[in-house]
Amino acid sequence: MEIFVQQLINGLTLGSIYGLIAIGYTMVFGIIGMVNFAHGDVFMLSAFIALIFFLILTTWLGMSSIVLALVIVMVIAMVLTSLWGWAIERVAYRPLRGSFRLAPLISAIGVSIFLSNFVQVAQGARNKPTPPMMRDVIVLFQGESGYNVVLSYKQIVIMATTAVLLAIFWYLVQKTSLGRAQRACEQDRKMAALLGIDVDRTISLTFVIGAALAAVAGTMYLLYYGVVSFNDGFVPGVKAFTAAVLGGIGSLPGAVLGGLIIGLIETFWSAYFSIEYKDVAAFSILAIVLIFMPSGILGRPEVEKV
Amino acid sequence: MTAPSTIAADDGSAPVRFDLVAALKDSLKAGAIAFGLSIPILAFKTEQSGGDIFLRPRWGLVAVFVAIIFGVRLLQHAFHATKAYRLATPDAHQATEFVHAEPSAFQKVSRFGIPFFLGIAISFPFLIYLIQGGLDQSRYWVDLGILILTYVMLGWGLNIVVGLAGLLDLGYVAFYAVGAYSYALLSTTFGLSFWVCLPLAGILAAFWGIILGFPVLRLRGDYLAIVTLAFGEIVRLVLINWTDLTNGGAGISSIPRATFFGLPFSSGEDGFAAFFGIEYHGMQRMIFLYYLILALALLTNFVTMRLRKLPVGRAWEALREDEIACRSLGINTTNTKLTAFAIGAMFGGFAGSFFAVRQGFVSPESFNFLESAIILAIVVLGGMGSQIGVAIGAVVLVGGPEILRNLGFLSAVFGESFDPNEYRLLLFGMGMVAMMVWRPRGLISERQPSVFLKESKAISSSHVKEGHG
Amino acid sequence: MRWLKDPILDVQHLTMRFGGLVAINDLSFMAGRGDITALIGPNGAGKTTVFNCITGFYKPTEGMIALRKPDGSHMLLERLPGFSINWKAKVARTFQNIRLFSGMTVLENLLVAQHNSLMIASGFTFLGVLGIGGYRKAEREAIERATYWLEKIDLIDRADDPAGDLPYGAQRRLEIARAMCTDPLLLCLDEPAAGLNPRESLLLNELLLSIRKDHGTSILLIEHDMSVVMEISDHVVVLDYGTKISDGTPSEIRNDPRVIAAYLGVADEEIEQVEAEIGA
Repeated sequence: MEIFVQQLINGLTLGSIYGLIAIGYTMVFGIIGMVNFAHGDVFMLSAFIALIFFLILTTWLGMSSIVLALVIVMVIAMVLTSLWGWAIERVAYRPLRGSFRLAPLISAIGVSIFLSNFVQVAQGARNKPTPPMMRDVIVLFQGESGYNVVLSYKQIVIMATTAVLLAIFWYLVQKTSLGRAQRACEQDRKMAALLGIDVDRTISLTFVIGAALAAVAGTMYLLYYGVVSFNDGFVPGVKAFTAAVLGGIGSLPGAVLGGLIIGLIETFWSAYFSIEYKDVAAFSILAIVLIFMPSGILGRPEVEKV
Repeated sequence: MTAPSTIAADDGSAPVRFDLVAALKDSLKAGAIAFGLSIPILAFKTEQSGGDIFLRPRWGLVAVFVAIIFGVRLLQHAFHATKAYRLATPDAHQATEFVHAEPSAFQKVSRFGIPFFLGIAISFPFLIYLIQGGLDQSRYWVDLGILILTYVMLGWGLNIVVGLAGLLDLGYVAFYAVGAYSYALLSTTFGLSFWVCLPLAGILAAFWGIILGFPVLRLRGDYLAIVTLAFGEIVRLVLINWTDLTNGGAGISSIPRATFFGLPFSSGEDGFAAFFGIEYHGMQRMIFLYYLILALALLTNFVTMRLRKLPVGRAWEALREDEIACRSLGINTTNTKLTAFAIGAMFGGFAGSFFAVRQGFVSPESFNFLESAIILAIVVLGGMGSQIGVAIGAVVLVGGPEILRNLGFLSAVFGESFDPNEYRLLLFGMGMVAMMVWRPRGLISERQPSVFLKESKAISSSHVKEGHG
Repeated sequence: MRWLKDPILDVQHLTMRFGGLVAINDLSFMAGRGDITALIGPNGAGKTTVFNCITGFYKPTEGMIALRKPDGSHMLLERLPGFSINWKAKVARTFQNIRLFSGMTVLENLLVAQHNSLMIASGFTFLGVLGIGGYRKAEREAIERATYWLEKIDLIDRADDPAGDLPYGAQRRLEIARAMCTDPLLLCLDEPAAGLNPRESLLLNELLLSIRKDHGTSILLIEHDMSVVMEISDHVVVLDYGTKISDGTPSEIRNDPRVIAAYLGVADEEIEQVEAEIGA
């Protein structure tokens, strides 16, 4: 029972991070119908940006408040990662619009390979640890066997940040003209353009939003695990993509729901079955979901047109 | 940043002139963006000493990076301006030049290229021997030749799935792994020889092709690609974690080496050299391996060319063009896709068992996603469906990075720690993007008809579809 | 009423629902052997859905679709897997938006249509790869058959061109020829005259009549072009909102007030009034 509650908390924390990344996949897939294969690497890059700025703030500028430092780091990481997201779309995807169908996917694989190796060359291949931070925990209750169920400050910060940012972006996509333009482009890009929507700008903004949320996820990931390496993009990326598909690709609440489910499955699988096969489980879920329920939980099923 | 604004495009017929100020402005903008991108990832390097982590600023590198982007952008503007000028100026020869259909890239390459490439491939060890002036000196080149041919074979195998049947497979390396581990396990546990294991490895890989192919048949496009990627990763992770069978991440070593139909390449009495009464040399085994992979690759090519002219091959291509029409014509699309998966996987399995016999060692790390991406890039760069294109693609993508090894002199410019080899994958990733932007249909994009009534005309890629999967 | 005596296709109580939408509602009709049967109706009446049910692209929610072979046996199409409808039951079709293999040559398109018989001739690929067996001969025969059809549709000179290069009307004819290369008992054509000019339309009529005469193939077609329908069809079935509103010879249909009402968009309660007015 204690272990169960503890895994539930851990799973929801991990799931929040996956959910944040998953939104980037789901929005891009919704609007231009491509799997942005490089999104996981954008997430990894943002964790590096966050790490470096965290070091600048704490060691060089001597900032003592970790919370304030984290807020600043997150904002900077969001801005700079958005710039990356924008630049990637501009260089690697926009010229391919209207090209043959597999071109964007292959280009995205190229970007993914480029980004992970760029970070490796620029920052070295070793794992990069952060100085320890926010190590306090709240003991929720103590089990009979002496097993403490704890909720760490980190976990509170991660879940709260995720919730707040999701609310903001949810508002942005549902209630603003940007959101309306996005949904119009999802339905019919040509028609949207004819009606005076700047399609290129809308798509760029989608990438920017996706990258900004990935940067939040990257900062949270860094905070949670305290370490990042150049190849940390691939597997979380795949898991987040699984989350996006599981929730129903194209659906924002679906992405968050999917993220939470994947996070829970991963932690429970590791706790109760086998930690070695946890990635096998993730990839299996991905395959199973794509094969048996490609429209996900909250997505719309597609009817084959003859 | 790649598509510069068309300069003065709206004043129609007037010759376009290079607007330096606008170009400079835009290039400055690109430079500013480059500056933004390089903060902080280039500007600061995280260094570790013991448990501590600290930052080392590298503003010089940032300046170089920004300057390069600025320069590239400016050149791009100049290039586009001259191109626009050329297009805007009427050319007296234009009318006649475009009416006469030029021989297609395929026809040009096939007339002289195919015999040429084949000749080079067959005589390669001798040519290298002559050029390098000795067997020992040619070791590196023959080794590189083997590597390239392995990828040519893998490319041809994947071409069946991706190029002909139009099913995007990002997990092809799984079948390569199945082949390699089949040989490794069968030879180390049962002592079976390479020539027995080779067909077995092919059959096992084909079997796995069907097993993995079956659930993914109804998927299309990106989803198919992602599921095959997931399967590829699952195979690799299982190889890592199933230590009882595969010895885990440590891999399987001391796999029996290739023999010349039973004669080992050793200096001993019963060795190859002694049997034929020639002097023993370590390179004999290498050259044998070279011809072995050449034969396997040519077999792959021969079978693929044959299949294209058989109903199954035409059905693959028809499937790529329009699956629904195929069903309405009575083609069992499930079986057709499965045969493509199985035959593609079989050649992957052959290549895998060759890999194992060549290395004498297999480990799961040789079969990661990057390998699949490289093989796919070879197929796409070459031109999907084109056999000769795929061979060229393999030479460029596998042979090309070797140039980096010979750029050691650059360390004189960039400092002692500069190793051009580190940039191999970085450049590879950029190359993949550039390829998609510049020539998404590959080097040879024309399709050659499988049958003709009067004359065979190459089909332009604008008609050829790339498949739904 | 030949279609009642010797039907090739017998559709009974066919219903197709997509979620809450009822595309076809309890439709029953027959198509006679050797007839040209036209399925007409306003846009959205469910004609293409009927085709998709007959040719196996949709599994009907309810109902039976029986194909009667010349030997008297029958096959239930709704139970067959999609590709068997062509191969076993000998029903071929064309599509509203042409579905040719545009990157393959005209000749290749016609050879793909003969896939199953060639597959057997090539020993299911195994013998073909080794170059033994009668595949060469079978392929020659397949090319001869293709040549026959190319001459018939007047595309023999373009046999080696990509199908995607053909003009629209030629693509329509090629699609019909491709369907005929599967040697069907019943040929289903989805708007074959759509987008054709009057001359092409006339050629199409001739082609369809000759298909029936020379090959004994029954034809079921969806068509909006009434000149085609009235000129060549023996039997017309009219659909509106997924139900059959009329069924008979072209002249009967022409005078049916319900058909007129459906086409002119008269409200249901006015039909009787219309009937009274025209004295039906």
